[in-house]
Amino acid sequence: MTRPRLANHARGGVLRRKRLNRGPVPRPSQHGGTADRHVVGARRSFLLDSACGLGGIALASLFAEDGLFAADPDPMLPRDPHFAPTAKSVIFLFQSGGPSQLDLFDHKPSMRRWDGQALPPTLAGDLELAFIQPDSKIWASPRQFHRYGDSGTAFSDLLPHTARRADDICVVRSMTTNQINHHTGQLMMACGTPFVGHPSMGAWALYGLGSESRDLPGFVVLNSGSGADAGSGIWSSGFLPSSYQGVPFRSKGDPVLHLSNPPGYTTESQRARLDVLRDLNEMHRSLSGDPEVDARIASYELAFRMQMAAPELLDFSGESRATVEAYGLEEEATGAFGRNCLLARRLVERGVRFVQLVHGSWDHHAELEKGIEKETLATDKPAGALIADLEQRGLLDSTLVVWGGEFGRTPMVEDRTPSREASRGRDHHRLAFSMWLAGGGIRAGQSVGETDDFGLRVTEAPVAVNDLQATILHCLGLDHTRLTFRHQGRDFRLTDVSGRVVRQLLV
Amino acid sequence: MRAARPIAGSLGLAACLAGAQERGVDFRTEIEPILRQRCQGCHGEELQSGGLRLDNPAGARKGGQSGIAIEPGDGFGSLLVRMLRRPAQQGGPMPLGTDPLSSESIRLIASWIDQGAPWPESGKGDGGSQRVAEHWAFKRPVRPPVPAVSDPGWVRSPIDSFVLARLDAEGISPSPEAGSATLLRRVSLDLTGLPPSAEAIDMAENGTETYERAVERLLASPHHGEMQALHWLDQARFGESDGYQADYIRPFAWRWRHWVIDSLNRNVSFDRFTIDQIAGDLIPGSTVEQRVATGFHRNALQNREGGFPIEMDRVERTVERTSAVATVWLGLTVGCARCHDHKFDPISQHDFFGLYAFFNVATEADIDAPLAGELEPYLRRRPEFERRRAELFRRYRVPELQAYWEERILAASTDSRPGLEPIWKILWDLLLFELDGGTETVRTPVAQRTAKQQDRLSAYFVRNVVGGYDFQTPAGYEELDLGELKREFKALEQSYPALTQAYTIAASPRPPQTHILIRGDYRRPGRLVQAAAPQALPPLGMGENDRLALARWLVSPENPLAARVAVNRIWQQHFGTGLVATPEDFGTRGERPSHPELLDWLAVEFMESGWDLKALHRLIVTSSTYRQKSDVRPRLASLDPDNRLLARQSRLRLPAETIRDAALAVAGSLDRRIGGESIRPYLPEGATEIGFGNFVQWPQSVGADRYRRGLYIFRQRTLPYPQLETFDAPDTVQVACRRDRSTTPLQALALLNDPVFVEASEAFAERLANEAGPAVSDRIRLGFRLGLARDPTRAEADRLLRFYNLQVRVLGAESVESGSGIGAEQVRSGAWSAVASVLLNLVEFITRT
Repeated sequence: MTRPRLANHARGGVLRRKRLNRGPVPRPSQHGGTADRHVVGARRSFLLDSACGLGGIALASLFAEDGLFAADPDPMLPRDPHFAPTAKSVIFLFQSGGPSQLDLFDHKPSMRRWDGQALPPTLAGDLELAFIQPDSKIWASPRQFHRYGDSGTAFSDLLPHTARRADDICVVRSMTTNQINHHTGQLMMACGTPFVGHPSMGAWALYGLGSESRDLPGFVVLNSGSGADAGSGIWSSGFLPSSYQGVPFRSKGDPVLHLSNPPGYTTESQRARLDVLRDLNEMHRSLSGDPEVDARIASYELAFRMQMAAPELLDFSGESRATVEAYGLEEEATGAFGRNCLLARRLVERGVRFVQLVHGSWDHHAELEKGIEKETLATDKPAGALIADLEQRGLLDSTLVVWGGEFGRTPMVEDRTPSREASRGRDHHRLAFSMWLAGGGIRAGQSVGETDDFGLRVTEAPVAVNDLQATILHCLGLDHTRLTFRHQGRDFRLTDVSGRVVRQLLV
Repeated sequence: MRAARPIAGSLGLAACLAGAQERGVDFRTEIEPILRQRCQGCHGEELQSGGLRLDNPAGARKGGQSGIAIEPGDGFGSLLVRMLRRPAQQGGPMPLGTDPLSSESIRLIASWIDQGAPWPESGKGDGGSQRVAEHWAFKRPVRPPVPAVSDPGWVRSPIDSFVLARLDAEGISPSPEAGSATLLRRVSLDLTGLPPSAEAIDMAENGTETYERAVERLLASPHHGEMQALHWLDQARFGESDGYQADYIRPFAWRWRHWVIDSLNRNVSFDRFTIDQIAGDLIPGSTVEQRVATGFHRNALQNREGGFPIEMDRVERTVERTSAVATVWLGLTVGCARCHDHKFDPISQHDFFGLYAFFNVATEADIDAPLAGELEPYLRRRPEFERRRAELFRRYRVPELQAYWEERILAASTDSRPGLEPIWKILWDLLLFELDGGTETVRTPVAQRTAKQQDRLSAYFVRNVVGGYDFQTPAGYEELDLGELKREFKALEQSYPALTQAYTIAASPRPPQTHILIRGDYRRPGRLVQAAAPQALPPLGMGENDRLALARWLVSPENPLAARVAVNRIWQQHFGTGLVATPEDFGTRGERPSHPELLDWLAVEFMESGWDLKALHRLIVTSSTYRQKSDVRPRLASLDPDNRLLARQSRLRLPAETIRDAALAVAGSLDRRIGGESIRPYLPEGATEIGFGNFVQWPQSVGADRYRRGLYIFRQRTLPYPQLETFDAPDTVQVACRRDRSTTPLQALALLNDPVFVEASEAFAERLANEAGPAVSDRIRLGFRLGLARDPTRAEADRLLRFYNLQVRVLGAESVESGSGIGAEQVRSGAWSAVASVLLNLVEFITRT
């Protein structure tokens, strides 16, 4: 069966990378993988770049003879990375709302002595805070911390299952971001800038690499809890072609919109519909000479394959009892996130490039103790199970798993209604927070970075959001400075104008 | 290697040569931008701190009070570089008070000095401005002479002369004219977004309605305004919710859309259309409609997230408005210049804030904007409503509760009163975010408030505050069922007529001064700037510095851009690609026009016609160029793959909304009412879960509303309507000057299985049965004519018949198997629905050919 060829408007960039890979220098030129969704611009810069890179006009005419300008390549066709990758897929466990690192990962026993006292003004400086004042009282974490595994990485008692995988993961305690509000912070984490309209990490990954899956979308989004403040912004294709957008799987009804045949249609009659469509479209193709018709026919075939593949994907009956229990599929607390974690593994197994789980909300301004218990109860067990499961199946080596939210929370208490019991919470905090990574080229069994005695500021090995993104792309074999897209006259990239690969995180 | 190709080839070579010549540091691209952005603010034309000027070679070499700045050949030894690296104990690196230059930039400057600090002489080192002056788009368009062509008989208007002259030069002949029915379908879809009726197709084919008459009919159709509005809404980033976090809806955003449709249908001239939207509120004696027009600016996103700095949000919206106006009317992307001088275009940060200043002094104003017939019943029943509301509020002791709330939040807003819980400050901030002018009202003593202020505040208090988690009901009021109060109030409001509102802007009563914001940061005001046009363009008149002056300037004959940008956009609608393929970018990085003379001719013609939009559409769609066949010509496929030479029409997949509209139209179920409120059609179960929390609601429309055009589908920004999103409708959060036309499997699933299209195929099948009679071949023929505006070929009819018979067999067998007892009649209608569905899925159906 021939590979489907879908039309799109980024053929300049996609085309170039594909062609150059065949040539002697498999390397995007001057602008990196610059492309333009707008065909003409793309083609011109394409010729411009490749003419320079590969020896001028002769090559351009070679392409023309190839008939390459006549038809569009499949935007999902797997493409070679810039260099050898350590991960083929990414599972990003997006914890929206800003989990409190001080109650989960960043153990600060020294805070106990300061508990209930105002943050010293020298430390407060010009802190940017959403709700509270910089001189608010310090609140030492009420949680118990222990060290786990050979690595002795510290976790609080809220994360027993994650802690058990201590030697498989790498905790980064020195994350920083530049946003203190949810929507912009989530855009920053997912898209590399706080502005709307930019492509998300998954979209960039697909644009750079295509997808290995022939039957499923290359970028899948799985929601649980209250979702993310930034909504579809965090799986947007932004200014990239819309084919690269994340496809949200729904937990009710069809996982992919309109995947089921309408009432009254069996697989057989659906197949018959596709056959007659193909025949009529081909007749039209021969009259109009339009190669786009081929792309449309191929898109129907892929749709049909998705219809066939989805029931198998969602059918967990082949999973062992142990797996069902490990993910907590049948428990009320863990059911939703557990199902998404298991689905993520099954998607990655089938070659899907980027799976983004979105779970919320960790935005515990008030009643943090109650709230964080609820969220960790819902997510810790499935997340631990996911790591174990991937490892057992030999998938962890090729799958990068990332856990984290858009920012952290303050060491100071936020108490909106002191008269209410257990009303204490923490405000947004951008100067220091924690995330963890596992698999796919990450040096496991370590924690990276340090914060001061209050967990207020990073004192060692700061990792900015763009740095994390550069590192994730690096694991996928992509150079974040070369994965670019021409939009409104400028080359854009996931990491905007900054970002560096954090070698310390890598094997 | 002919046609379009040589352009690309020669450019490639030129770039190669340039690259070879300048192996080292390039002053223009690498050094000059650093000097301009980081140094010249203090060492430039206006200011010479320390006596140093870094905006021309002489000044730079001479240096200032500290000595010679640049010693060619000694990069790191030169004072300039030493100052850039000055240690903290000696006063810190230049530039002072901001981030130091990156080591990469410093290294570049040092290498440049090592190379002898070459500084091409051109005025004050501003080679850029010369290039700018020469940039084609910044020169006023002049009507060019119409060229001679090989075949004058083909020429219907000067458009054709320009196009044919270019084809002549390439030795290509144009395509023959498309068949009358194809042409009718094309122009109907382009002008109204709807396929032609069966009768119209008959009339086109038998010659009872000429093409020109059909064009007049379509231009006069109210659906023309709808279709043109769809394009304009893309530009205007029209949305009906805030776009951030909880994504609050804007229940009256549709009122601005209503104005757009109506204006376009009345063929309001484009200069009027422009002035009203930019500054309708400032026109002396402005009408309500003129103020409604300024709703263009209210389409900006808004972040009401708790804790988000309010001034930052205001600045963000002002920046966004500035960028939107520059892109939509000037074809310039100026957003970059908010933080730094635009790298590739002559828009400096100063220019950006010069434009920004026009909008910085505007404030938002929600006004009553009743549609015809609203006012009388409203006024008649208002006293009764007010009586009943007062009674309701009394019963639930709302005045007391509201006073309690107001007193506390007001106290919390000024200073923390001992014992006052922080929640009150949060409630104050919420009011600030959620009710425009709300905090102003609370600050005003009750006796001095207008009735409208008081009404809005009370309504807000009842809807958003009482009974909520954050509002602790005070002692003594616990027995009140505040949930019931909310319900009763809602019911009361709904049972009385209300006035339609509109979101507009108005001059701010306390206009702030405008400063350049250093690195675009609202907390870092820099130099003061005055409202002004960008330097590269002609200035406004002396002393003219308000929005109205800007609006008039935009559509003045001196502005070289607005008419070109507008005609290019209309051209794009009719050919798929603009004469300038980057409609949002007419700057130095944008595409050059494929037919520069034609673009200028059209721009001048458009202005001289009095900016007559319908005349422009007529001019284009009646040209021979437009009427060509769209069939792909194999030889040209490699010669001119993008059809920029226009040796044929383009084949364009229909826009998302038009696909919906066309399906509903052929099915006979389209509701054709024009304008008015938005609809929320069928949304699959679970679709709202991608929104945040449970904030986004989608109360499904009922009755005929479900079948209104796609233009009216509610634009919830964080929950784009799936069918529209799947077919590349823009995201509504930023200006969109053109749409993608992708081909994806999700589109196939939507057309095959989306209940909206399934229902349309059932209705279509029913219509075929009703209108074509019992004969299978008649029904197939009518289906083709309605869907594709042509008869089926023998082969097509046979194939569809075979499919129909198969469906009858399959469905019949199933009914026997399952014992469902479905009758033969139902089996046949099921099979017909499948046939109709196939027609709606054909490439040709979703393509304008």
